Amino acid sequence: MFQTGEGASLGTEAMPLHRSLGLTDEAMLGLYAKMTLTRALDDRLWALNRQGKAPLVASCQGVEAASLGVGLAAKEDGDCFLFPYYRDMALKLVFGITPMELVIGHLGKEGDSFNGGRQFLLQGASTDRPMIQTSNVVGSNLCQSVGYAIGCKILGEKTVTLVSFGDGGSSQGECHEAMNFAGVHKAPVVFVCYNNRLAISVPQEKQMAIKDLADRAAGYGFPGRVVDGTDLLEVYQNVKAAIERAREESGGPTFLEMKVERLRPHTSDDDDTRYRSAEDLEASKGRDPLVKLRSYLTNIGVLTTSQEERIRGEAREEVNRATEEAEKAEPPDPSTLMRHVYSP
Amino acid sequence: MTVKSVIEAVREAMREEMVADSRVMTLGEDVGARGGVFLATQGFVEEFGERRVIDTPLAEASIAGIALGLAFKGLRPIAEIQFSDFWWYAANQIIGEAARVCYGSNGVLPAPMVVRIPYGGGVRGGLFHSQNIESYLYNTPGLKVIAPSNPYDAKGLLKAAIRDNNPVVCLEHKKTYRGVRGEVPDGEYTLPIGVADVKREGADVTVISYGLALHYCLAAAEMMEDEGVSVEVLDLRTLRPLDKEGILASVRKTAKALIVHEANTTGGVGAEVSAIIGEEAFEDLDAPIMRLCGPDVPTMPFASTLEDAYMLNADKIRDALQKLAAY
Ligand SMILES: Cc1ncc(C[n+]2csc(CCOP(=O)(O)OP(=O)(O)O)c2C)c(N)n1
Repeated sequence: MFQTGEGASLGTEAMPLHRSLGLTDEAMLGLYAKMTLTRALDDRLWALNRQGKAPLVASCQGVEAASLGVGLAAKEDGDCFLFPYYRDMALKLVFGITPMELVIGHLGKEGDSFNGGRQFLLQGASTDRPMIQTSNVVGSNLCQSVGYAIGCKILGEKTVTLVSFGDGGSSQGECHEAMNFAGVHKAPVVFVCYNNRLAISVPQEKQMAIKDLADRAAGYGFPGRVVDGTDLLEVYQNVKAAIERAREESGGPTFLEMKVERLRPHTSDDDDTRYRSAEDLEASKGRDPLVKLRSYLTNIGVLTTSQEERIRGEAREEVNRATEEAEKAEPPDPSTLMRHVYSP
Repeated sequence: MTVKSVIEAVREAMREEMVADSRVMTLGEDVGARGGVFLATQGFVEEFGERRVIDTPLAEASIAGIALGLAFKGLRPIAEIQFSDFWWYAANQIIGEAARVCYGSNGVLPAPMVVRIPYGGGVRGGLFHSQNIESYLYNTPGLKVIAPSNPYDAKGLLKAAIRDNNPVVCLEHKKTYRGVRGEVPDGEYTLPIGVADVKREGADVTVISYGLALHYCLAAAEMMEDEGVSVEVLDLRTLRPLDKEGILASVRKTAKALIVHEANTTGGVGAEVSAIIGEEAFEDLDAPIMRLCGPDVPTMPFASTLEDAYMLNADKIRDALQKLAAY
C-alpha cells in the first residue's frame, strides 16, 4: 500500500522482532490484551451510543496499534507528557485510565476525572495523569504542546512532549505555526500524525497535494518519518527513537506520520456509505492492527488459542464491569453548572 | 511618587514581576533586541536572557497557543500581540481555548497567562492599526479583560494580571502610551481586577468610560463645571468582570448616565453597562441612559477628516452631557 520507513521487518523466527527491541513475550501478551480490551471497549461504546446512552462516540478502530505504541514508548520512557486527541483510547488505557473512566466519560456522568461531565471523550485534564486534551477543536493542541515542550526546556527539565492529531488537523494554520516554532526552538516534542486518509469524508487528495505528510517536516528543519501505524512494533521503535532525539542537546522535534486506517464511520453520527466505497473499507479492514498483532504473535507461537480465548474473555468481563459501574453513576448535579469558570 | 508615561508603567510592571518571579516571561514579535515596537520590553532580553524573552515568528495563533502551553507547564507568560488589528489570528487560542480550559477541566487546569494588546485609534492608523476589539473579548466567560487609562492603573492592574491564575487580556490604548502621564508610587502595589474607579466626583450626571476616551470625558466634565453641571467620571478599568456595584453606586447618586467608548456602539461594553443600569437602577434614573460610542463602521478610516468624524473628543462628549443634563 505504501513504502514504510525504518524497521518494518517482523524479525526472524529465531529472534522475533519484539525480543530484539527488549520486549518480553509476556509484555507482548500484555499489549495484545490491551489492544483486545481497547477493541472490546470501543465496540461497547458504539453499542451504548446506539442504545441512546452515549451521545457521541469517535471510534478508535484502526488506530489502536499507533496509539498503543505511542503510549507504550512514552510510558516506558517515564518522563513524557501527552497532548492526545479523540482517537487515543489505547494510549489512555496504557497510561492507567480505567475502562470505567472511559465509559463514564462517554456517558457524561458525575465522577468524570477529566472534566466533570462538561465535555465528551475524556477531554480536559486530571490531577494525576500526564496529559492535557483541552478540546476537540481540531489542531488546537499543537501550539499548546510546543509551548509545553519549550516550558520544560526553559525549566531545565528533561520531559518530552508528544502530541497527536489527524491528517485533517495537519491542514490547520496552527499546525504549520506549531511545527515552525518547534523547529526554531528545537523543542523537545514529537508530532504524531495519524493519517487515515480521511477528514470525515474529505479524502487525502482533496486535503493536500502530497502523498506523505512526513515530507513536510523537512520544511521545518527536522526529520519526518513514514511509519506503518498498524504495526505496533514499528510504531514503538520509531516513537522511542523520536523521544530520544527530542531529549538530545542538538536534537529536537520529529514528525511521525502514522499510516493508519479508519474501520468505522468518522463518529457515531456519521454515515460513511455516502462517501466511502465498500472496496475501500474492505482494503482498510485488511490492515486491521489487531489482526496484524494477533497473527504476528500466533505465527511465532507466543499466543495460543487458549490464551487468545482467555484474553478475550477477560476483556469482555472488564468491559461489562466498567459499563455496569458507569451506568450506576449519577449525572452531575445541576448546581455545579456555575463552578470553575475562573480559577481562584 | 514619580511622573511616568503609560508605556513606562507597563514596562515597569512587567520588569518588576519578572525580577520577583522567575516563572514570569514574555514572548511576541520584536520583543527581544527591538524591545517591542512600542518599547514595552526595552532592555528585557539583555536583563533576562533569550529564554525568558522570546522573539517569535510572525504568527499570532502560535504566540497565544505557545503561551497557553507554557502556562500549562507552570510558567507565567506575558504574550504581546503587536497591534490589536492582528489579534484575530490568536482568537482561537485566547477565546476558544484559554478561556475554557479551567471550566472544561472541572477546575483542574488553570491558564495563568496575560495577553497584552495595544489597541485603539486617533493615531492616523487607518483600518488596520486602529481597531477597538474589546466587544469581541468582554463577553467571554473565563477571560478577564483590563483596559487601564493611566500609568497608575496600568501598572497596578498589569501586575495583578500577571499574578492572576486566569487568562487576562490587557488592552493598552496606543494613544495613551506616551500621551498620558501621571504619578506612579515608587513602591510595590497592585490594583484589584474588576473594580472601577471614580476619577472625578460629581453630583448631576455620571459618565462611564475607559481607556483613552476617559481623558476626553474628564476634559468634558471640566467644561460642564463651567456651565454649572457637576459630572462624575467613572473609569471602568476592567471590562470583564464589570464592576456592577461601582456602576450602580455612581448612577444611583446622579440619576443620569452617559456611557462613552471608542469601540462601535452595537454590542459594545456600553450595551452591557446600559443593561445593568436598566435592570438594577431603573427606578433611580431621571433620564434615559445615553451612549456616545463609535459609529458602526468597520473601524476608523485613515483620512484625517474621516478619522476625526469617527473619533471622540471633549466637545462631542460635552454636547452629549449637555443634552443629558437638560433632560
Ligand atoms: C477546527 C475544527 N473544524 C472542524 C471540526 C469538525 N471535525 C471534527 S473531526 C473532523 C475531521 C478530522 O479529521 P482528522 O484530523 O484527519 O482526524 P480523524 O478524525 O480522521 O482521526 C472534523 C472536520 C472540528 N472539530 N474542529
